[in-house]
Amino acid sequence: MYSRHRFRGLRRSLAAAIVMLASIAFWLSQPAYAEYGDVVINNYSDAAGMRPVVFPHWFHRMRFRCKVCHADLGFQFKAGGNQINMLKIIDGQFCGACHNGDVAWSVENCNLCHSAKPGTPTQVHESTIQKLAAPTEPARK
Amino acid sequence: MDSLRRSIGRVLALATITMACSAANWLPLESDGVHDPTAPGVKHLQQPAEALKVLPPDTTGNHVRWVEALEKGAINPRDRLFSKAPTQIREDDILLNLNGGMPIVRFPHRAHTLWLDCGNCHDHLFKAKAGANKFSMFAILQGEQCGVCHGAVSFPLTECSRCHSVARSGPSRVPAASPGGGAAPATR
Repeated sequence: MYSRHRFRGLRRSLAAAIVMLASIAFWLSQPAYAEYGDVVINNYSDAAGMRPVVFPHWFHRMRFRCKVCHADLGFQFKAGGNQINMLKIIDGQFCGACHNGDVAWSVENCNLCHSAKPGTPTQVHESTIQKLAAPTEPARK
Repeated sequence: MDSLRRSIGRVLALATITMACSAANWLPLESDGVHDPTAPGVKHLQQPAEALKVLPPDTTGNHVRWVEALEKGAINPRDRLFSKAPTQIREDDILLNLNGGMPIVRFPHRAHTLWLDCGNCHDHLFKAKAGANKFSMFAILQGEQCGVCHGAVSFPLTECSRCHSVARSGPSRVPAASPGGGAAPATR
């Protein structure tokens, strides 16, 4: 009788361990998702010896509706399609409409935008087409 | 012995539940796969978990229901930089894919015009007339038509039923739609 009780207890803790391991595995396998929609812009950065730019869509859409940039400021709906360079930004175009030290930090804070891994190609990160058509991203550590 | 095992079991169960419930596992910027963890600016940027955990949760994309967040006032994004820029909200729904095999697509103008300008879609992406556009999932999956945003920034293209949401037996036209799904005046 005693051994049977013990066996049941053992089985229960084994089941608990399996459930726990499974949930940890599930938790770890969840893809990261804040960067869904982040745009990496590397039209000129690598060649200029700068890190590519990360544009975090989630950060900006909390503060501005799409139309502010995509209608009023004229950003095309295409990663890398705007031929943005620092001259235009300093001139108040594109990012420079806000990143002028008035609405947002100004251009001397290079590293706040130029923060992507060197060599990252221009892309909309984690986009459906990227995931379905070109799952070439190496596994995360 | 038994009580020890039981208490260990309880701790494990609690840990499991906590882990399963913790939706806020947005990765820190240093390990999100995009940012260079050695870039000197990264530590100064706002972390996504801090900003997004208070917003209505979703199960895909950024794991934020952005339209709900806007409608409920959880966020109040600016709609213009320049005072002369007009904003227009259009309330009607357009039903699409009336003859296909999937459930009918309900396109809510309101959710879209809360964020976008009429001119973002009309007329270079879509003619401003219900039924005048030929849609194709092939094109959408290539990043054209709806796929310009859906699958890139708005909820991803794996969420079929969010668009294909009206059963075939349902109404074929929403009363609020003006004749022909007429166009609001394009602003640019």
